[in-house]
Amino acid sequence: MEPLEAITKKQKNTGTEKSNLVVALAGNPNAGKTTLFNALTGLRQKTANYSGVTVERKEGNWIVENETIKLIDLPGLYSLDATSLDEKIARDVLMGKLPQTKKPDAIIAVVDATNLERNLYLVTQLLEFGIPVVIALTMIDLAEKQNIEINIKVLSNHLKIPVIPIKASQKKGIEELSIETLKSARSTKVPKTVWLNNGNEIDRSNDIHLSLSGNEQANKKIFSRYKFISDVYQKAVSPFDDTKPNFSEKIDKILTHKFFGLLILVCLLLLVFQTIFSWASLPMDLLDSGFGALGNFVGNQMSDGILKDLIVDGIIAGVGGVLIFLPQILLLFLFISILEDTGYMARAAFLLDKMMSKVGLHGKAFLPLMSSFACAIPGIMATRTIENRRDRLATIMIAPFMSCSARLPVYALMIATFFAGQTVFGFISLGAFLMLAMYSLGVLVAVIAAFILKKTILKAPPPPFVMELPPYRLPNVKTVLINMFERAWLFIKRAGTIILAISIILWALMYFPQTSQQTALNNISEKQKASQQLENSYAGKLGRTIEPVIKPLGFDWKIGVAIIASFAAREVVGSTLAIIYRVGEDATPKSPKFINAIKNAKKSDGTTVWTPLTALSLMVFFVLAMQCMSTLAIVRRETNSWGWVFFMFGYMTILAYVASFITYQGGKLLGFS
Amino acid sequence: MNLSNLSIGAVAKVKSISGNNAISKRLMEMGIVPGVLVRVIKTAPFGDPIEVRVRGYNLAIRRNEAESIEIYE
Repeated sequence: MEPLEAITKKQKNTGTEKSNLVVALAGNPNAGKTTLFNALTGLRQKTANYSGVTVERKEGNWIVENETIKLIDLPGLYSLDATSLDEKIARDVLMGKLPQTKKPDAIIAVVDATNLERNLYLVTQLLEFGIPVVIALTMIDLAEKQNIEINIKVLSNHLKIPVIPIKASQKKGIEELSIETLKSARSTKVPKTVWLNNGNEIDRSNDIHLSLSGNEQANKKIFSRYKFISDVYQKAVSPFDDTKPNFSEKIDKILTHKFFGLLILVCLLLLVFQTIFSWASLPMDLLDSGFGALGNFVGNQMSDGILKDLIVDGIIAGVGGVLIFLPQILLLFLFISILEDTGYMARAAFLLDKMMSKVGLHGKAFLPLMSSFACAIPGIMATRTIENRRDRLATIMIAPFMSCSARLPVYALMIATFFAGQTVFGFISLGAFLMLAMYSLGVLVAVIAAFILKKTILKAPPPPFVMELPPYRLPNVKTVLINMFERAWLFIKRAGTIILAISIILWALMYFPQTSQQTALNNISEKQKASQQLENSYAGKLGRTIEPVIKPLGFDWKIGVAIIASFAAREVVGSTLAIIYRVGEDATPKSPKFINAIKNAKKSDGTTVWTPLTALSLMVFFVLAMQCMSTLAIVRRETNSWGWVFFMFGYMTILAYVASFITYQGGKLLGFS
Repeated sequence: MNLSNLSIGAVAKVKSISGNNAISKRLMEMGIVPGVLVRVIKTAPFGDPIEVRVRGYNLAIRRNEAESIEIYE
């Protein structure tokens, strides 16, 4: 065996196989960093989290001259002053403070040519880490269109680092970038921070009378960096007219118009939701029947017994019930990706900030809340863009009030069973009206909850709202697709594992203890046997235990079992009711067999269990209650605290109980049944 | 005079940044430092936030932040 040192040396000198080189990719948001990362690594990338925090850690293998370089994609940054979590992590990576990663050998700074001055600010900070920096200058063609002429040689000379113009989507400049980066990464010379070595930055800052409050020294540093940048900029870029409205400003004449802007935003949202629901229904039906067929197939192959019951009724039914939402999640992320990459999302935040700030939320909270209509999990993950912790927490705490796609089957089942074919005001279908009412109730409660939270436990001075309105650009197809599938995979992994566990537990609760053959009379029907099994199971006992509590809401113990089950995930309420009423695989809301089973369910005294009022009460309960283990798991991850998890679960469930109570008892007082 | 008093389309030179640390620092990092030219592009519906152009890009800030940016008249 060769000594370790020799191996390392060999790898370094000959450059074969795996090298130990680490390169960090840094840049402003919207500078084209992700596109470059994808172009350099292809699909040799993986996403994880930095340990203990929720900042995404993206790494990829970049193959240059038969060497594999580890490329770390830092989060999009405007600055490295460690005020936000992203900035702190990026700083730690560059200083080699993180245990999993060694200090980078070089940094590629992605710089947007159309926005050179502000992009160079981050570069001046990167130069202070003593790591060689290579600039990848993106959006050159766009800059030319805007008559921005950059003398790359002059720029490079003044910054004393290589500047490589690239066009990542066409692989232009990639080779040159590879060569320069490799050269820089291998060099042992410690680069000098040119602008600091001028030595006279404090003197320069006295050019203009400064009346800065607070930490003047820090602000002076920012000022002198920009002073340096302005000098370089004036030398490298020929003057051009920046007073005419640019392309994006022209589009914004309509898209952020005081009236039409809001109108278009509303129409766009309606379109997105309509598309998600209509386009997703076909693949969802296919998945649904696919899992049904799989269940049947496995059921036929296996001999009767506990294992078969577990796999068919527990695992396939449970996990399948969640995975059928995948098409909706994929489509939602497709739209979010497109809206974000075109630059529209920032406009939406711009339009809505005033309204959102009235209840104490940030304009950026709009996106997470919108996503939560599909699923609170991606919605809560999307709150990362909100810098202020209290604002972010308030958004997380109200996100689950948005009626997610998992509530939809519950609403649909109740409406199909009790309110189908009826109209209000003569022409609007009662079903559609109720559906809209449930969605509105969620939004209303969310607004009130946000207002109260921001006035009490999350009270804070309004954080600065400083948001770039990036130029409109066509989204990169590859970036959008990679982003979409990455999110979908995270959903499958995170939700899937928890749902699998819950499905098994739930199944076990309903399966055990087995009603023994002696107690079960032999002459009763299969159906009665099954309901007796449920009654004697742990789940049945649990349902009976909570019956006194839920009786004022109009629910009996069987609904109680369904509600307990739904605390794992809302969508299982349908399948649980189907198990309870023994309708087998026909558990879809459209099935007449299922609807009749619900309608005809009788209490022990012979009266019907379900009335329209019961259904309404159940729907209201589902709008407000925190019944989703996966969401709670994500909240634990994102807030890094069990306290917020318990708080969310507690306040939402209490609200749901109270609202349901008012609905049922109030309805009875008003003479409804 | 501060930036929030500036009418749409007008250009002004920044004199100083006041306000608390977090705000002034963020604004300066985004390029709004003394001496830079800022142009007001538009205001959002309901009059807040406002969109400005600075150093060749567009930035949205609330009136609250704009008030902490003193400008030369």
